[in-house]
Amino acid sequence: MIPAAFDYVRATSADEAISLIGEHGEDAKFLAGGHSLLPLMKLRLAQPSVLVDIGRVSDLSYIRDAGDHIAIGALTRHMDVERSPLLAEHVPLLAHAAGHVGDPQVRHRGTLGGTIAHADPASDLPATTLALGATYVAQGPNGTREIAAADFYQGFLESALAADEMLTEIRVPKMGGAGWSFQKFNRRAQDWAIVGVAAWRRNGDSGVALVNMGSTPILASSVSGALAQGASIADAAQLAAAEAEPQSDLNASPEYRVHLAKVLVRRALEQASA
Amino acid sequence: MTDLQDRPAAVLGSRLLRREDPALLTGEAKYTNDLNVPGALHLVVVRSPYAHARITSVDVSAALDVPGVVAAYSGADLATVWAAPMPCAWPVTADMKNPAHYPLAVGKAAYVGDGVACVLATSDTAARDAAELIDVQYEPLEAVVDLEDALSDRVVIHDDLGTNKSYQWDLKIEGEPGQVDAAFAAAAYTVSERYVQQRLIPVAMEPRAVCAVPQPFGGDITMYSSTQVPHILKVMSALTLGIPEHQLRVVCPSVGGGFGSKLNVYAEELLCLALARKHGVPVRWNETRSENHVATIQGRGQIQHIELAADADGKLTAVRVRLLADMGAYLQLVTPGIPLLGAFLYAGVYDLPLAYDFSCTSVFTTLTPTDAYRGAGRPEATYAIERAMDALADTMGIDPMELRQRNFIRKEQFPYTAMTGLVYDSGDHEAAASKAAELADYAGVRARQAAQNVPGAKKVVGIGQASYFEMCGLAPSRVLASLNYSAGGWEAATVRVLPTNKIQVVTGTAPHGQGHETSWSMIVAEKLGVSPDDVDVLHSDTAIAPLGLDTYGSRSLPVGGVAIAMACDKVIDKAKKIAAHQLEADEADLEFAAGTFSVKGTPDRSLPLAAIAFEAFTAHNLPDGMEPNLEAHTTYDPPNFSWPFGTHICTVEVDTETGHVEVLQYVAVDDCGVQVNPLIVEGQVHGGVIQGLAQALFEEAVYDSDGNLKSGTLAEYLVPAASDVPSLTLGHTVTPSPTNQLGVKGIGEAGTIGAAPAVINAIVDALSHLGVRDMPMPASPHTVWNAINAAQHTTNGASK
Ligand SMILES: Cc1cc2nc3c(=O)[nH]c(=O)nc-3n(C[C@H](O)[C@H](O)[C@H](O)COP(=O)(O)OP(=O)(O)OC[C@H]3O[C@@H](n4cnc5c(N)ncnc54)[C@H](O)[C@@H]3O)c2cc1C
Repeated sequence: MIPAAFDYVRATSADEAISLIGEHGEDAKFLAGGHSLLPLMKLRLAQPSVLVDIGRVSDLSYIRDAGDHIAIGALTRHMDVERSPLLAEHVPLLAHAAGHVGDPQVRHRGTLGGTIAHADPASDLPATTLALGATYVAQGPNGTREIAAADFYQGFLESALAADEMLTEIRVPKMGGAGWSFQKFNRRAQDWAIVGVAAWRRNGDSGVALVNMGSTPILASSVSGALAQGASIADAAQLAAAEAEPQSDLNASPEYRVHLAKVLVRRALEQASA
Repeated sequence: MTDLQDRPAAVLGSRLLRREDPALLTGEAKYTNDLNVPGALHLVVVRSPYAHARITSVDVSAALDVPGVVAAYSGADLATVWAAPMPCAWPVTADMKNPAHYPLAVGKAAYVGDGVACVLATSDTAARDAAELIDVQYEPLEAVVDLEDALSDRVVIHDDLGTNKSYQWDLKIEGEPGQVDAAFAAAAYTVSERYVQQRLIPVAMEPRAVCAVPQPFGGDITMYSSTQVPHILKVMSALTLGIPEHQLRVVCPSVGGGFGSKLNVYAEELLCLALARKHGVPVRWNETRSENHVATIQGRGQIQHIELAADADGKLTAVRVRLLADMGAYLQLVTPGIPLLGAFLYAGVYDLPLAYDFSCTSVFTTLTPTDAYRGAGRPEATYAIERAMDALADTMGIDPMELRQRNFIRKEQFPYTAMTGLVYDSGDHEAAASKAAELADYAGVRARQAAQNVPGAKKVVGIGQASYFEMCGLAPSRVLASLNYSAGGWEAATVRVLPTNKIQVVTGTAPHGQGHETSWSMIVAEKLGVSPDDVDVLHSDTAIAPLGLDTYGSRSLPVGGVAIAMACDKVIDKAKKIAAHQLEADEADLEFAAGTFSVKGTPDRSLPLAAIAFEAFTAHNLPDGMEPNLEAHTTYDPPNFSWPFGTHICTVEVDTETGHVEVLQYVAVDDCGVQVNPLIVEGQVHGGVIQGLAQALFEEAVYDSDGNLKSGTLAEYLVPAASDVPSLTLGHTVTPSPTNQLGVKGIGEAGTIGAAPAVINAIVDALSHLGVRDMPMPASPHTVWNAINAAQHTTNGASK
């Protein structure tokens, strides 16, 4: 299909983008990689009146060592996340998961900030950064603020970002050698996960988050809680869906999703513990 | 010596790269929608969002206000434009019910996607925006989605027909009256199975596109269309619109695949023609991918009941089939005939006595019309018999490979007159099956399975087989008449030797990805002793190739390719007369090899075709009474269908925890007789197998109970990509067809026919120790998981 008519402006810096969004009001939208927004516009499910293109705000495309965490600019493409030696060393789970987003075209266009701001529960990297305990940095007309991943996802495609706020940076704690696993269960390699699991484990600590198991990415705190209290992997995995509210679609019923989550969490924890 | 040096290396059978590919792969090929047609108006069709609704009003006024919009019409506005309803060329029975079907619906919409209004504008975008403003008021009615529900006539879709049943078609063949019933009564083993052939969306890479261009004076009109059937389209469009046929020309630019979905006469083709004539300017239409999912025909859509009777050795003694086929909302070009293309194949490749009882009932639903889709009727039939053979083997407790071996029609029985009266030209099923078994390491997989498929195993292995016959190159024409098919089965060819010994071939086939230009040039090169590069193949334009019956049903090579070989023979005959005249020799003393005529025993007395071609052109010294120029025309009506065959074997591993199926190996051994170009044959098998595998594992047009397509985009309709399918292990055997001079058979659909049953047999085999006896298609992880759960539930329940 062809999108409804819209206006287009291009920003060259975060400041400019934020003032342009403020200027154009309610119906204006940021355009990053366009790989979530444009499909919706083509189906006319989204009809923004103005697109503020931030795709060329190149100073927001970076991956830096910031001591206890890695700082990633919001406009960093999935492909750069996947191939980053810095991430491979300190946050291998994120680099690996980024390699499972869509297909190469999608990974060359889509941005880390875009996928997080879009807050799609079926996307891989919101859940992965949630499992890793990331912090997101948002900039608005009145300055910047930090939002914990655990507080960010508020509903289906809804985040804590205000309409005039732009996500500028993703801060991911270094994994410090933790074991990890990313399980993506789908029917075709290019597809969104039917259920996905991002997990890491280091001594008594762990982080487990679920993809496509509710209206937001889901932090499986019950699993981590059980592990911390010494539960076996098999027993902890039985709690995989405790926080989830899975939907039904052409690929899976809620019951099947719950079953898959348990199997995949068990496999993920086994792999992370190996 | 010179003789040998001049001889080109054998062309036929070589892996010549396709001459079509450079343009296709570099994006240089021009498709219908790439044509630059100044002044063309863009057509957009407004489609019903309801599966079944009365159209109470259509108000186009708001659309007319959009800048760039030239006109907008409701179905009623155009009602007088049509000389006849849209064509159905296959009235399978005399009393078949066929609802009147017009390019835009009037009064009632009968499926989601049914055209109800249209708009013409100077740009595509203006037309699309305006289409959203056309106000159609509907009174929704109940949808009819389920075939058994349709048959009950609870809701009748076409009021004037009074029923949803289109026809019933029976084929009962018995050596003596009551033989089928008697065989079932006396059988040592019987199976009774129900299979569902889900609806499939063909998803040609290029959606449809049309552009109708009227000439400024005189009434001639040219239609460019992304179609497989320019010739049939020309005849049918002329009849439907009352255009004098000689004033209508149909041209296909590059066509990006069809798989049967472009073997049709579509509403948009007729709308473009009608509106171009009405407005006196070119009118073009291009289909969006979302439209393609609802407005282009779909494939399959059948419920199959098959019963087999067998004696104590497992030899089949009778086959009974009850088919319920989904026509969709209307009959498109060959919709009703599709199930009947399978009607003759439900006994598969087995030696069945005269005890066959087939009946097909076809019903209307409020869904997109069905029609030909790769294999058309034959994959469905092969699926049913090959799945039922596995069920029979399971009932008997013997290996399914062994059961097939006991039932195969033997090599020495060919040509084999089947119980249906059709004659299978040639075959060797044992050879194909044993070659496939060897490539698949059948015994090895069985051993691995015995070790691996233990109670509680999380990964289990299965192996499945399908042996098939494909019936292709429908012919001769008089047999098609007996099936009430409205066209013939012939194909036309012209071979023209130009003065400089370059060759022009005109073919009535209409390639849309098959590589005919390459293959046909190879046939001519082999026959006339020239290089394939010296042969140009003209096609897909009814002004250049006025005679033809197009490309579908794996007919192009066994009919069209053979016609070209025959035209070459005529050229050689004429050239021989000229050579005899020039060499002052007797025709009977001349031989033709490597493009040169020579006197037998006196090789230095020779004349190359090049010299003869120039002679024929100048006509300075031809035999008395001979017409100048060197060309010949043939129309070939084959004496029989061609019968490719083969065996496919699939090995899978199933994750019993998640239901995920991984294809470990896929072996296809196909026999299409003599191979003109093995590279192209392999390409056809690759594509065909993947399409069959896609039906088995991925694809389904899913509708909700209101008749809405839930798999309306390529995010939900899962066409597998390269990363989702296995590498294929291909083998072949060569059993020439005795009915044509090239010994060739078709190969376009074979892969699709073999694949789905091989894959599903493998999955059921992997899970049989868990009590799983059948697996619906597509075998998605969820479906497999459900089947395992259901079987275990039954087993547990039974043991309590
Ligand atoms: C065929 C296909 C397959 C895909 N498969 C997968 C998959 O398997 N897994 C997966 O996780 N994803 C998948 N995706 C989605 C892909 O990852 C998207 O690129 C990503 O989700 C969005 O990033 P983007 O940069 O393209 O965002 P855009 O589409 O440009 O924007 C998305 C939304 O976020 C907003 N936005 C973007 N950037 C910012 C910002 N910095 N601050 C505030 N708001 C912002 C936009 O206004 C918009 O509302 C797929 C996409 C396609 C087209």
